[in-house]
Amino acid sequence: MKLQANEPEGPLAEKWQRHQANIKLVNPSNKRKYEIIVVGSGLAGSGAAATFGEMGYNVKCFTYHDSPRRAHSIAAQGGINAAKNYQNDGDSIQRLYHDTIKGGDFRAREANVYRLAEVSVKIIDHCAALGVPFAREYGGLLANRSFGGAQVSRTFYARGQTGQQLLLGAYSALSRQIGLGTVDMHPHEEMLDLVLVDGHAKGIITRNKETGKVTSHAADAVVLATGGYGNVYNLSTYARNSNATAIWRAHKKGALFANPCFTQIHPTCIPVSGDYQSKLTLMSESLRNDGRIWVPKKVGDKRAPQDIPEDERDYYLERKYPSFGNLAPRDISSRAAKQVCDEGRGVGPTGLGVYLDFSDAIKRLGEDTIRERYGNLFDIYHEITGESAYQSPMRIFPAVHYTMGGLWVDYNLMSNIPGLFVLGEANFSDHGANRLGASALMQGLADGFFVIPYTIGNYLSECREKHPTDGHPAFKDAEENVRNITNKLLNTHGRHPVSYFHRELGKIMWDHCGMARTKEGLEEGIGKIQKLREQFWQDVNIPGDNEEYNQALEKAGRVADYMELGELMCRDALERDESCGCHFREEHQTEDAEALRNDQDFAYVAAWEFKGADETPVMHKEELNYKETKMATRNYK
Amino acid sequence: MNVTLKVWRQKNANEEGHFETLEARNLNPNMSFLEMLDVVNNELEAESKMPVAFDHDCREGICGTCSLTINGQPHGPGEGVASCQVYMRSFKDGDTITIEPFRAKPFPVIRDLVVDRTAFDKIIQAGGFVTVRTGSAPDANAIPIPKETADLAMDAAACIGCGACVAACKNASAMLFVAAKSSQLNMLPQGQAEKDTRVLKMVATMDEAGFGNCTNQYECSAACPKLISEDFIGKMNRDYLFANLRQKFLRRKKKI
Repeated sequence: MKLQANEPEGPLAEKWQRHQANIKLVNPSNKRKYEIIVVGSGLAGSGAAATFGEMGYNVKCFTYHDSPRRAHSIAAQGGINAAKNYQNDGDSIQRLYHDTIKGGDFRAREANVYRLAEVSVKIIDHCAALGVPFAREYGGLLANRSFGGAQVSRTFYARGQTGQQLLLGAYSALSRQIGLGTVDMHPHEEMLDLVLVDGHAKGIITRNKETGKVTSHAADAVVLATGGYGNVYNLSTYARNSNATAIWRAHKKGALFANPCFTQIHPTCIPVSGDYQSKLTLMSESLRNDGRIWVPKKVGDKRAPQDIPEDERDYYLERKYPSFGNLAPRDISSRAAKQVCDEGRGVGPTGLGVYLDFSDAIKRLGEDTIRERYGNLFDIYHEITGESAYQSPMRIFPAVHYTMGGLWVDYNLMSNIPGLFVLGEANFSDHGANRLGASALMQGLADGFFVIPYTIGNYLSECREKHPTDGHPAFKDAEENVRNITNKLLNTHGRHPVSYFHRELGKIMWDHCGMARTKEGLEEGIGKIQKLREQFWQDVNIPGDNEEYNQALEKAGRVADYMELGELMCRDALERDESCGCHFREEHQTEDAEALRNDQDFAYVAAWEFKGADETPVMHKEELNYKETKMATRNYK
Repeated sequence: MNVTLKVWRQKNANEEGHFETLEARNLNPNMSFLEMLDVVNNELEAESKMPVAFDHDCREGICGTCSLTINGQPHGPGEGVASCQVYMRSFKDGDTITIEPFRAKPFPVIRDLVVDRTAFDKIIQAGGFVTVRTGSAPDANAIPIPKETADLAMDAAACIGCGACVAACKNASAMLFVAAKSSQLNMLPQGQAEKDTRVLKMVATMDEAGFGNCTNQYECSAACPKLISEDFIGKMNRDYLFANLRQKFLRRKKKI
């Protein structure tokens, strides 16, 4: 299979404009003849569904939540990047582009990243117009803050709830279209299969969470905006219901899965406190603007942080990366935390933690300023740990936070299956091997509001024939497939609840495919996952029936998919015999333990083809040929 | 620690519900309340019994999905927290804890502790937005907004749409929810063009959905996980009054 990225011709800075001028248009009176399915209602899904509705398409939007406003985009705290240069600090589209592609350790596609930087500007305009209450300066203009991996202030924010405010903005645009009748909203409806007719994506199968009813939905194109798959690790900063089922089932129908091993481990999360734990809570990266990260210099120093004098503290990020300091990118900061903890210098009861200390900032700016900037984050920290970060430093540790990998898409965000489009975190396209802070919101909104509404025209204008009805045999087969999986789960009657398998899988993934990976470890991990999967299908216990609200059944289907996906992640990590960004193979590091990339052999996107649950998947390569950007060694020193 | 739970069990909207007594044992006080329910559910599932259905998602107090009435209080003990932010250290060993869904006529029970809050979505669909087509917005700094106004709009915008305000109100009023969204947009320059129709349509849809009226007891803002102030209800009432007066004038003008 030859992967066609379909990047437009011309210089990088002109590609998107030229492409927009050349995209085929759908005549307004024809738009209403087309039906588009959007799965997911986060930033990308809501943005796409709302804009399609405005343009005159018939849209059906699906979410497994009770309301489109619940999607996990809502939990992003810190901000959204845009190359506005409102701070007059030398920012530009070129600079945002360069920071993003460098932040991704040169494993993203040049043209996609440039487009992202380009449309970032429009996102802020649109969201402000939607009534998003961004933070402002006293003159009434928009305020900015700094984020990791950048030396300019380009991050727009709404207190510590930027994701919430942006999602509610997109939700309000979507709600308007639902009210106008252009979008038919289906809450509590979970996509369980993709339907292909003559090789094109022409519909989906859903299960209603309240009644268990399985339904076919036909359309001219299917857009997946279903988020990332970090819950493979069980413990993560994801919402508990975030899952990989939509993209994984599409993968099983032929969509290639790109760079599955690229998982972001976020450096600043609240450490694990016990084995009952259900999720990990992020402390926004924005805290690193004013907080200083340190551990004791001495191994095993158990004194209280206040009792450790200044010269016995190691501000290791400031020491190792003087020019970026505490704002070094996420992958680098996480690995540095792991290193000091491995050396026995970690803090807190488990030794798996480092300090994030605000005492200098409080001295400099006063407690009130710190409270205004980060009050809600300090409150969250207090609720969870019972400690006040105004009095003593926070304890933080890395946790799974985002997946850069996802379904493979071309420049038009279309997967290798014609008619199947993938947006936001669900695709692989923009963040390479590491995502910079405040770029996820940017990508979700860019894909949903400003890219897919244009690029879908190319596909739709060429599929003139009437879309198949849901009576087509392909739909019946897919429905049958969904019912078979459900029945198999309900009829296993084993000994363990589904959460047992999820926890076990999470441990395997964290130990073998986490912050540091080795050949032996990954091979062992694959073996363990295969065994666990076998055990799952013999020993899982799902009570109740399909025809009722059954949360255990929902979860079981998702965990079954995680076990297949987890194995693919390990396989991808094994195949990528280099270190890059988040992917740190211990075999490949520099003398001072930095990631050692191998551009000669690994400057490609690894796109995996499913061959059957027990078959070895096949990898296809999309070579990354940078025309205008030099693949340099990342240096944040 | 150990606690006894009295949990509301109801198979679906059409069947009658009842309280069931369940024991939660060997708990760690640092567990969240929902993690305690996870432990109870794991035990039920291992015995092939239906776990207690409850809504939850982000588990960090921002998505608005979780919706438990704990000991009669929507979102349980503690000020300004959602159910997922309640920790077992708020209870004592040996306590008996009652857990119910958010109770209100416009929120029918789906199962056990899960309720249907689509009525809230309908209210937003009626007017909780600014009409702006993608791609048509002016530069974001073209309209300066005083910091105080932006901050106040943000206070209102913090609403997570959980419905605790409705569950806390003896009239099942949704005034705080509606006031938060209408006030946020009505305060900002972007929202001025639709200021009147917004508040009129949202209030009409609220009434149609069967929510009750406000009788100024402010249980809503006391239960609100984001501590949204009842002052916004006053603002909405003023917006509503003036919108009605202006509409009357507009209609009269048309006749002439």
